[in-house]
Amino acid sequence: MNEYIPVLIMILLAAATSAGMIVATTLIGPKKKFADKMEPFECGESPIVSPKLRFSVKFYLIALFFVVFDIEAVFLYPWAVLFREMGLFGFAEMMVFLFILAVGLIYVWKRGALEWE
Amino acid sequence: MAANLIESIVKILFIFSVNIGFFSPILGWVERKQSALMQDRVGANRADVCGFTLIGLFHPIADAIKVLTKEDFIPEGADRLFHTIAPFISLTPAIITFAVIPFGGQYELFGHHVNLIIADLDVGILFVFAFASLASFGSVLAGWSSNNNWSFLGGLRASAQMLSYEVVMGLNIIGVIMVYGTLRLSQIGAMQADFFNWGIFLQPVGFVLFFTCAIAENKRAPFDVAEAESELVAGYFTEYSGMKFVMFWMGEFLEIVTIGALVTTMFFGAWHLPFVSDQMLLNYFRFAGPNGAASLAIVVNIITFFSKVIFFIWLQMTIRWTLPRFRYDQVMRLGWKMFLPIALINIFITGVVILAK
Repeated sequence: MNEYIPVLIMILLAAATSAGMIVATTLIGPKKKFADKMEPFECGESPIVSPKLRFSVKFYLIALFFVVFDIEAVFLYPWAVLFREMGLFGFAEMMVFLFILAVGLIYVWKRGALEWE
Repeated sequence: MAANLIESIVKILFIFSVNIGFFSPILGWVERKQSALMQDRVGANRADVCGFTLIGLFHPIADAIKVLTKEDFIPEGADRLFHTIAPFISLTPAIITFAVIPFGGQYELFGHHVNLIIADLDVGILFVFAFASLASFGSVLAGWSSNNNWSFLGGLRASAQMLSYEVVMGLNIIGVIMVYGTLRLSQIGAMQADFFNWGIFLQPVGFVLFFTCAIAENKRAPFDVAEAESELVAGYFTEYSGMKFVMFWMGEFLEIVTIGALVTTMFFGAWHLPFVSDQMLLNYFRFAGPNGAASLAIVVNIITFFSKVIFFIWLQMTIRWTLPRFRYDQVMRLGWKMFLPIALINIFITGVVILAK
């Protein structure tokens, strides 16, 4: 556990730096509020639609694919470290796993989920 | 124990002053000056002290003062808490990731074992990825909490782009891990003492993929669709001002340094000069006594490492000012339809080659 102490110091130091910057910029500097200025920027017009309405389902799909394919990467890390010890058997096992995921990728691809036009 | 603590505090302060004190202010100047040189302009040259402009080197100081005295603006209807937290989340992980990157070898100095890495974790690469991916929350939260259409679109684009390229990056690192058989970055560095063991020779495809994905992950041109000035004003940080705005930039600059350091560590021999191992350095500096030799070797290691890092920073800056921005569908097609299959094939070929040897 000892080697994690410097990491902890680093995290605290980094967090203190960032927090210090935020506090400094909140305290220093003028504060003048009036209605026109507080509007969100929309190239000079008053905003007419709230951004929190609908957005393209594509972004949601990407997030789902990310979960699927990143889990794959998580399984691959321990395998990659022990790869030389496991030899041909480990290689064949993982290729079966990768093949299944490649089929998944091809399916997603063919269904047009990766098209953005 | 006390010696260990002093050692790590010295190393933390060193990395901290190099990153926060040197790289992040100077890169703001480099970006402006290099773009000016490449576009045949003069560039930042106005800030002066008693008439001396020093090729614009006073600009980082002037910027810092200016930015601190600007108003901190939060638009109406914005989520004040998340709006404030977002720059914090962008910047903090960028500083932390450097903790596991080695900048030199291991030496005996005054009877004390010195390891030139802040924290020699056995899960080094995973630690870097875990913290680097936290930064994506920063841009997503910034876009979502600003209550601004431009910010929101920028945040959406940033989230999907960063998720996509994280998958590819995670997969092409597998090749490097297979070759070196460890997640410990200091060990990966130590294994590259032999010039022909450098990652670039063992994983050339991995290097190209990793470097491109890292730039995309960092949302720099040609992948800067999340902040595309000509389409989205400034993307997810449209509604930020003052220091909070600069914190996004600092985060980006520190990521540039981290990418340079990671590429150096995994593909370009870490702190090693070509054909020169740490032992050869110690033998060469024998005239200075054991402690002097170790100190000189440490200095050579650090200079070598940071020279390589600076080269990769320069390369990223050059790419940023050379290539035009991709369209969003092109960015996604590149990630999912080209890089992902190539990364999978790379794992397969790496496995076959290692087994065949």
